[in-house]
Amino acid sequence: MLSRVAERLYWMARYLERAENTARMVTAFNHLALDMPRQVRLSWRGLVAITGNEAVFDARYPEYTEADVIRFLLGDPENPGSILNCLTQARENVRTTRDRVPTEVWETVNELHLHARYKLDVGEGKRGRYRYLSQIRDRCQQITGMLAGTMSHDQGYEFIRAGRNLERADMTSRLLDVGAVGLLAREDGAEGAEAGAMEGLLWMNVLRSLSAFQMYRQHVRRRINPADVLRYLIQDTQFPRAIAHALGEVEGSLARLPRGDLPLRLALQVKRHTLEADIEPLLEARILHRFIDDLQREMGDLHSLITATWFRPEDIRGWQVQTAGG
Amino acid sequence: MGIDWQRYDPGGFYDELMAAPGRPRPAARTLASYLASLGDAEIQERRLAAEHAILEMGISFTVYTEGGNIDRAWPFDIIPRIIPLQEWTRVERGLRQRLTALNRFIDDLYNERRIVRDGVVPEAVLAQSRNFREQCRGMRPVHGVWAHICGSDLVRDADGCFYVLEDNLRVPSGVSYMLENRQVTKRVFPELFEHHSIRPVDEYPAQLFDMLASLSPRPMDYPQVVVLTPGIYNSAYFEHAYLAQRMGAELVEGADLMVAEDDCVYMRTIEGPARVDVIYRRIDDLFLDPEVFHPDSMLGVPGLMRAWRAGNVALVNAPGAGVADDKVIYAFVPDMIRYYLDEAPILPNVPTYLCMDPRQREHVLAHLDRLVVKPANESGGYGMLVGPHATPQQREAFADLIRRDPRNYIAQPTLQLSTAPTLCDGTVEPRHLDLRPFVLQGVRSDVTAGGLTRVALRRGSLVVNSSQGGGSKDTWIVDTDPGD
Repeated sequence: MLSRVAERLYWMARYLERAENTARMVTAFNHLALDMPRQVRLSWRGLVAITGNEAVFDARYPEYTEADVIRFLLGDPENPGSILNCLTQARENVRTTRDRVPTEVWETVNELHLHARYKLDVGEGKRGRYRYLSQIRDRCQQITGMLAGTMSHDQGYEFIRAGRNLERADMTSRLLDVGAVGLLAREDGAEGAEAGAMEGLLWMNVLRSLSAFQMYRQHVRRRINPADVLRYLIQDTQFPRAIAHALGEVEGSLARLPRGDLPLRLALQVKRHTLEADIEPLLEARILHRFIDDLQREMGDLHSLITATWFRPEDIRGWQVQTAGG
Repeated sequence: MGIDWQRYDPGGFYDELMAAPGRPRPAARTLASYLASLGDAEIQERRLAAEHAILEMGISFTVYTEGGNIDRAWPFDIIPRIIPLQEWTRVERGLRQRLTALNRFIDDLYNERRIVRDGVVPEAVLAQSRNFREQCRGMRPVHGVWAHICGSDLVRDADGCFYVLEDNLRVPSGVSYMLENRQVTKRVFPELFEHHSIRPVDEYPAQLFDMLASLSPRPMDYPQVVVLTPGIYNSAYFEHAYLAQRMGAELVEGADLMVAEDDCVYMRTIEGPARVDVIYRRIDDLFLDPEVFHPDSMLGVPGLMRAWRAGNVALVNAPGAGVADDKVIYAFVPDMIRYYLDEAPILPNVPTYLCMDPRQREHVLAHLDRLVVKPANESGGYGMLVGPHATPQQREAFADLIRRDPRNYIAQPTLQLSTAPTLCDGTVEPRHLDLRPFVLQGVRSDVTAGGLTRVALRRGSLVVNSSQGGGSKDTWIVDTDPGD
């Protein structure tokens, strides 16, 4: 399989997953905003921080109002991570690999992109937002299903699966970095039953942003507490959006690709670090942040190694050295 | 009710299906009576079925506009064009003969130049040929073949005779539409195929693969054959992807290939570099190799010409083959056939005046109002003067151009292109058409059964290009031999 084709399939999956995750996250935050007591002002900044594009936002808008944050995350052409931009990129990648993916996948990606573009003003408004975002989420899911059900589970498919799951693990880690670290670092001194209830709501929101709330409830019976939430989202091996599970999927895909020794070793190492982490100390904001920082760096390395191994062989000699050495 | 052939009048033109109002040609009799038996509603139903099939099958072409590129559905007329097998057999022989001579000429041109020495083609013609590539001098591609794939445009004049209008030896396109047109017709008129013996067209991808494989520098069962495309923004991308898929070949872009120190071509795959044996390139010569041609070409592969000259990869068509696309050289093709093959040309050229010859130039300048003047090295109808439709000012301006650069112009009489019945707004009317058959030449040569018929959908128009309101028809080679 051509390196270029493999790379485009991998990126198609990453962009689709990114769009879907952003849609989930905005939906959850939207819910939360409705639940918050009127005197508490919700910071929309966190939402932008999770996507890592604060600098772009700051250059374009004076402050983090709801309307601007939504505009920025849904369809701002200057925001590389906006849902619309992700879907445009995903579409471009499928368009140039059309003969590799089932026709119905191409058609659905195409429709999805049209929906995101032409219904954008509906999504930006308060009333149509939920429907707009849930349609994006559902169609992304539909595409994943079509790929699983109608595409040969060949090398191309493994690149798609690896891309999707690496993106998923990355997004969960970002959400924890901003959401959980923020929560643990709160020093607003609020006390009493009301503050406690609000804290519960906020942790619930972290779960909801990953569509993890229902599954969490089934598997962790205790009432919501920070240690359980962290353990679930970092180490659960069964929930699809938990970091350990997603990394396990990446590992499974890499193991089926040719000459994948180096990236596979690194994938195993990241997963080990995830599973071996001691949760109790992570309840301190500073330590959790550092842990996630390390995790993200390792996942970044994994991505670079995937790129270097399969997509961007510099020249033949480099290849031969690698083949001989691997 | 339905089509009334009595009211179909092709006027003074040769019509492909109807000899006269109400009188179909022998090969078209079954089709004509079948169509006449269908009601209006049924015909509309078939037309819609064809439209749906085209959308479903994703047959499209790209149109360039200011707002970006648009993928448009392929315009198609459901009434096929019919050519009797007996007539086609002769055309087929003519096309083979022509391509054989053209390849002998190109090979000679880049080597001994006997044809110039013997005074058949003047030196001056070659000296100014725009598609001549100095870098190809002394090369001897396998089987002596430079142009492995040729798409010649044929037209029928009022006398009913086929003429060669031009030869396309660079990157002729359209064959995928020929194949898809047949698929559509099979869906729309399955019953017609029971009552005719129509020559199938779908061996083409297999023949193309065999021809390409036969050129491999490494003899093997399945050499690595790739289709090199300029990419998704090229108007013929659909065809590139289609042919690659049908042949089971890899569709590559320039960046997927590299030339290593061993002067061999490799493609970048996830398994590592994989040696490439044959490149069916769909990009022009000048973009092939930035080391040799346009240095800023992003479409090509640095070192490709080196690999080709070393005999480590086959390029199809060979670089430099386009030299024979020159319309001045076209005028010498009948002479070439006599010179190299010692045979009489089977297919005539359209009579052509060379403006570089003083006597012929005077004739052209005196009759500009009756002639079509074409520049020697443009394609797609650019820079042409259609004398009868031009204003006196336009003709005067063209006369100046001709006097200033006579080598660059040829002139031909305006042709009375043949017509065929075409569905227009629910009725059937005659529309002008041409034909592009595709000829393959490797160890052996193959000609498509028929080719791509392009039809000008506007009344009276002679412009058959799909980007300018042209459509296409399925083309049937029909055996009318009663014994069959």
